[in-house]
Amino acid sequence: MLTDQGIILLEKTANEIRQSIISMLVTAGSGHTAGPLGMADIFTTLYFHSLRHDPKNPTWPERDRLVLSNGHICPVLYATMAHSGYFPVEELQTLRKFGSRLQGHPHRDFLPYLENSSGPLGSGLSQAVGMAIADQINTKNRTGAELRGPSGIDRFIYCLLGDGELDEGQNWEAAMLGSKERLSNLIAIVDRNNIQIDGFTEDVMPLSPLYEKWKSFGWHVQQIDGHNFQQIADAIEQAKAFFEKPSVIIAHTIPGRGVKEFERKPEWHGKPPSKAEADMALAELRTLGGKISSEHQ
Amino acid sequence: MPKENNLKLNPKLFEKDIEMLPIRRGFGDGLLEAGKLDENVVGLCADLSESTQMYLFKERFPERFVQVGVAEQNLASVASGMAAMGKIPFISSYAMFSPGRNWEQIRTTICYNDVPVKIAGSHAGVSVGPDGGTHQAIEDIAITRVIPNMVVISPCDAIEARKATMAAATTKEPTYIRLAREKTPIMTSEETPFKIGQAQVFFDPKDFIKDFKKVDVGVIATGALLYKALKVAKKYADEGLGSIKVLNLSTIKPLDEASIIALAREAGALVTIEEHQVYGGMGSAIAECVARFFPVPIEFIGVCDRFGQSGTPDELLEYYGMGESDIGIAIEKVRTRKNIF
Repeated sequence: MLTDQGIILLEKTANEIRQSIISMLVTAGSGHTAGPLGMADIFTTLYFHSLRHDPKNPTWPERDRLVLSNGHICPVLYATMAHSGYFPVEELQTLRKFGSRLQGHPHRDFLPYLENSSGPLGSGLSQAVGMAIADQINTKNRTGAELRGPSGIDRFIYCLLGDGELDEGQNWEAAMLGSKERLSNLIAIVDRNNIQIDGFTEDVMPLSPLYEKWKSFGWHVQQIDGHNFQQIADAIEQAKAFFEKPSVIIAHTIPGRGVKEFERKPEWHGKPPSKAEADMALAELRTLGGKISSEHQ
Repeated sequence: MPKENNLKLNPKLFEKDIEMLPIRRGFGDGLLEAGKLDENVVGLCADLSESTQMYLFKERFPERFVQVGVAEQNLASVASGMAAMGKIPFISSYAMFSPGRNWEQIRTTICYNDVPVKIAGSHAGVSVGPDGGTHQAIEDIAITRVIPNMVVISPCDAIEARKATMAAATTKEPTYIRLAREKTPIMTSEETPFKIGQAQVFFDPKDFIKDFKKVDVGVIATGALLYKALKVAKKYADEGLGSIKVLNLSTIKPLDEASIIALAREAGALVTIEEHQVYGGMGSAIAECVARFFPVPIEFIGVCDRFGQSGTPDELLEYYGMGESDIGIAIEKVRTRKNIF
């Protein structure tokens, strides 16, 4: 259960993660800004509330698996992992540098705590489907409706997807297989921020009606406000409880969320802030948009 | 065979009634065996379980078989996910589609992730025959051997394919196993040793020529065309035309550089034979090796920058320059080049 106190803590953590995203991007000098900021609330809820994991024991066999499909939003993944204790927050400043564990797109040979390497869009859901099938084989429930058999591992596979990457046909190949295999242990979360690198998704390649698309592919579909911690946590709980089908949560997010200048603008999809923009963004995050006075000013 | 061969090759190697089996059948048998030995072995197929012979595994282990439909990109990445959870997935389709269509998924989700997915590409080469050029994979060696972490195996017959499949099931590397559709001669026997990465001399002229002095030309072949090379070498020995040593290079990556350099030194001239594009294939791998360590003249037998077409396997092999006469011409050519130097 997510308490009011819990929500306040998540808000605070998400704000810190957003600050880390800005600061690592300005140091790196390249990378994506809008997507990571927009997904900070969801990543925070996952790593600080919903996921079963142990940052001090990253290879714990019974951990949930989190597959990031749209690897370009990795600043939010790295920042959330650092803040939850996988590695020092200072290491975030090495993003995209030679020899860094924090590659421009995630590579698990460099950062072994990652479940997958990604960057090329459209193949994360397939990998998550494969993981979920493997678990169903292991629990001898592959053809059954229930995952949690007597010998079963009470584990979920999460897959985080961008909306723009749903242009890739492979996602729909994976969606069909997930449905065919009744992967109730699989939870996909789509970052529905309506932007991709060339503009708004509905101009570049319309995805609408996205809810109906997933529904017609046989998935249990929920739509939520991707910045409402209660809704995020509840949707994940509902997805876990739903048997017989894989679940997808379409999370409506605001790209660039947290920094007014960056919000809802496709041009912030694929570039980092300049030093001046970063200072402005950090000031805004530290003062919560001017609501409080910053101690760092 | 005049002498007991230490490789225990098929005693009927040069007889008319040599047994024939499709190489892909060896894969089907090998996967079934591997499945019995290790419950982590799983099979995934893109709507071609009969053609690729994966049905043998599917019938025995239905709970470990995943039918993904006609979706090769998904096939590769689903296997990657299963491998990340400790499975040893074998994926099968026609080589044209896997590793053809799904090359990037193989590169990123299998090889970049470095997970032990085994890719069985059936119907490789022009000998697929009547289906025509769209279905004849003659670029697959080039596109797989270029990916880091990948192991590439091109077995010469069904028995070797069975052994290669079983061996691949025990390794942690991403592995491509190249298979052919048609029945081809069984050159090896159950007793023939097999090790990934090990080239083997399948025809040593000193065993066939009484007053053997030196090797004139070294021939390196992969896949079923190896049989044509053996026949040509035998003919040379029988008719006193020269001494030809033939190497079976079933593992193309990692390359058995020691065996190749040894043959280059001994023969001073090489012919490479593969049912694949000359550009980027096994011959190119040999050239890369020999050029660095012991340069000798090389002639390349394979498809020369063209697409295949419909026809019988024999018609096509002749038309595209991979017949026995072409091997003879290449041997003569490279021998001349060697003597000019």
